[in-house]
Amino acid sequence: MNVSLILIILLVGAFATYIAGDKLASKVALFFGIAALGCSVVLLNHFNLGENISFLSQWINQPHVSFSLNADGLSMAMVLLTAALTPIIIFTSFGTEHKNAKAFYALILFMSFAMVGTFLAADGLLYYIFWELSLIPIYFIALIWGNGDAEERKKAVVKFFIYTLAGSLFMLVAFIYLYQKAGSFLIEDLYKLNLSATEQLWIFLAFFLAYAIKIPIIPFHTWQANVYQKAPAVGTMLLSGIMLKMGLYSVIRWQLPIAPLAAKEYMNIFIALGIAGVIYGSIVALRQKDLKKLLAYSSLAHVGLIAAGTYTLTIDGLRGAVLQMIAHGFVVVGLFFVSEIIYRRYATGTIAEMGGIRTQSPKFASMFMILVLASVALPTTFNFVGEFTVLYSLSQINVWFAILGGTTIILGAYYMLKMYQQVMLGETNTKAFADVSLNEGLALVLIIALLFFFGLYPKPITDLITPSLENIIKVINRA
Amino acid sequence: MNTLIAIIGLGVLCLLFEIFELRKAIVPVTILGLLAVLGLDASEFNAPEAYYNNMIIVTKFSSAFSGLFIILTIFLVALGHKFYENQPSKISDFIAIKVFLLAGAVAMVSFGNLAMFFLGIEVLSIALYILAASSRLSLKSNEAGLKYFLMGSFASGIILFGICLIYGAMGTFDVTEISEMSRSAELPVWFPIGIALVTIGMFFKIAAVPFHFWAPDVYEGAPALTTALMSTLAKVVAIATLYKLITVMNAEISEGFQHVIVIISMASMTVGNIMALRQVNVKRMLAFSGISHAGFMIMTLLSTTNAAGTLLYYTSAYALAGIAAFSVILYVCKNTENEDVTNFHGLGKTNPLLAAILTAALLSMAGIPIFAGFFAKMVLFTQTIQAGFIALVIVAVINSIISVGYYFKLILAMYTKEPNETRTGTPVVIYAVAVVAIVLNIALGMFPSLVLDLLAS
Repeated sequence: MNVSLILIILLVGAFATYIAGDKLASKVALFFGIAALGCSVVLLNHFNLGENISFLSQWINQPHVSFSLNADGLSMAMVLLTAALTPIIIFTSFGTEHKNAKAFYALILFMSFAMVGTFLAADGLLYYIFWELSLIPIYFIALIWGNGDAEERKKAVVKFFIYTLAGSLFMLVAFIYLYQKAGSFLIEDLYKLNLSATEQLWIFLAFFLAYAIKIPIIPFHTWQANVYQKAPAVGTMLLSGIMLKMGLYSVIRWQLPIAPLAAKEYMNIFIALGIAGVIYGSIVALRQKDLKKLLAYSSLAHVGLIAAGTYTLTIDGLRGAVLQMIAHGFVVVGLFFVSEIIYRRYATGTIAEMGGIRTQSPKFASMFMILVLASVALPTTFNFVGEFTVLYSLSQINVWFAILGGTTIILGAYYMLKMYQQVMLGETNTKAFADVSLNEGLALVLIIALLFFFGLYPKPITDLITPSLENIIKVINRA
Repeated sequence: MNTLIAIIGLGVLCLLFEIFELRKAIVPVTILGLLAVLGLDASEFNAPEAYYNNMIIVTKFSSAFSGLFIILTIFLVALGHKFYENQPSKISDFIAIKVFLLAGAVAMVSFGNLAMFFLGIEVLSIALYILAASSRLSLKSNEAGLKYFLMGSFASGIILFGICLIYGAMGTFDVTEISEMSRSAELPVWFPIGIALVTIGMFFKIAAVPFHFWAPDVYEGAPALTTALMSTLAKVVAIATLYKLITVMNAEISEGFQHVIVIISMASMTVGNIMALRQVNVKRMLAFSGISHAGFMIMTLLSTTNAAGTLLYYTSAYALAGIAAFSVILYVCKNTENEDVTNFHGLGKTNPLLAAILTAALLSMAGIPIFAGFFAKMVLFTQTIQAGFIALVIVAVINSIISVGYYFKLILAMYTKEPNETRTGTPVVIYAVAVVAIVLNIALGMFPSLVLDLLAS
């Protein structure tokens, strides 16, 4: 039994969903999503027992490319995040009617397939293929099933596609260059390379372009808010919940260990860029009038902090970053689902048109409140664990980084609570607002339960990721 | 050699069928015949041999490319069944011309003598001139044919002049002898000039910048099926022949020549892509896209020792995607006056299968994984970096990004616009050709070693 099984389940699921037809598509997709989750939990068990669940097979002879999937703690954590969020995301869309549902759900599973592949791939070219492959489904999901004016949506989505493709093509050139040096795309061979400082700098920058656009780190973030707003809720959740974690994961897995000298030399610049994202995102979020855009900028602020954590090159920074990646994945999916629930009832994303919802729907109001508090890292939630580990690691580098990075919590609390006040409180809204349905409530409760569980007991995840992060730190410090 | 004879025999058979009033059988018989020829070609793959005083030399290179040409011709002949249904009396001519064109193409990649090379290129070109002008009552088609003929014969003249200079320098037409003599320290000055002239003539046939001006007009004016042929088969034949010419005749490729190749390659990609961004006519857009792909293919000339497999892979990926795209264009623009993007509006709703195929074909041309176009570019970039031309690769990468702009214009038109007309009828042949071509493309993408290792020495 090895990790390729998850990929097979998701790919077969995508085809099965398409064949099942419009009526059954959502249920078939949910079934395969849960099957993939079950499979990854079983695999995790095998992994924890010390079994080898990696997969390696020759693929292309010339150039030398292998189909190599490697599962260590870090990969498994990310795979579990994807496998857990995919069924939740599919489940949240049960309340919305989608035209051509079979294609819609098939694309979600296909995207999940590509993202799991990205997290598992241990061969540079294979990784690159999965990385690019994940772009195509999200492009069509946002383009065809998105909201708002078609022309504007087209512009936003095409900009997103060309931006990300442009970034990743330079990463491809970097990989080809590395291949010339190492004679193989396999990650362990690339780790062994001893490149000169100049070579490392160029490779580091080529990788950075790809990841900074995907994460996004300012100044490469301009595609983000528009695409988040225009994409359907499911697309936004996939993008913010999982896809941007691909960028952060890749920084830890590929960029830092392959070009450690450049990473050490210019560490402060990249941490500063991340922190600049925190402050910029928070301030812009303050001024947003659209709920989804506000959440998009708040997401920009949070991932800026995570990116800063990864570039500290300390075990605490990496561990905090990974914890926060997982926590942010859940909370952001929850928040975008909340905005979708409001959109279903009011058909608007403008904050000014909401207000006074709390009295009509107490259950919804309390769940929304918990998510808001989790997103501003309230102690006992998972986000607290991640965010404070990252801030601690920043303070070890330079206390000012920690102070400036800490503004995410202060500013975050300000704009999130202000938003909550405008959306939920005030005089009772004249338009009726039905409280959450069973399906909606179930999804939200699930997310909240996970956030609290791991907030109080993060040990299983830290135990899972720490050994592999220590290995990566060892590789970074090899020279 | 047997392949070549069999192809010519098949062409004659086509003409005979006309005499005996068996027009309906022409297309199926030709396809079956071509499949048999493909088998014959495969049997020659491992048996390199020279015929008629080295006039024709069958090598792995020539058999592999002949195989690709035959497959492309099968697709094009199959599409002809529907395309010429309004002109039943002329179908034998059209099909026979295509088969003879194939004979020229095969002669071009298996020549051992420059006379044979020129013969091949003329057989191919004259067939193309006729096909470009084959829509007799259309002004545009006549214009395209005449333009192509004038420019093409000029290029042929330059090639012939180059051959004469090479003969003057070396005293022989035989490429193996020329190759041996080119190793000697003192080369007559006519030799490099001759090579340069032949190369210029071939660049014209490939439509590389700055010899590309005929391409957009001819592609737009010619009947759609002829455009399909020119942008897939004819282009692939020309680049394969150029590659063979350069590698077979010169022992060493001079640095100056490499600089020229780098500049022409960069110029072709950039000009082709930037011009393509502004086109509204799909045939014209694909003409410019073809110019930019020519720029990519020329990159193989920089690493002549081991790029044959890469070239075969790149041309297969490009041509298969082209065939798939053109079969969709043939379907969509069957009854329309022009091939503007507006005709493709809403194809995603009215005909999801063909829209998906066209999307896949365009994604392959743009170089998105898992389609063959991605590996084609990847392997090409790997080889070019190995040869030490990293700047060229960076220009190529930037061009790949630009190309996404216009490929996606078409994809957006299919999926975001409302359909403006309903199309009826489901021509089985077009579906079959499009599906088979795109499946082959994806299969090449999943198992690139099948083709890449074919020509490894």
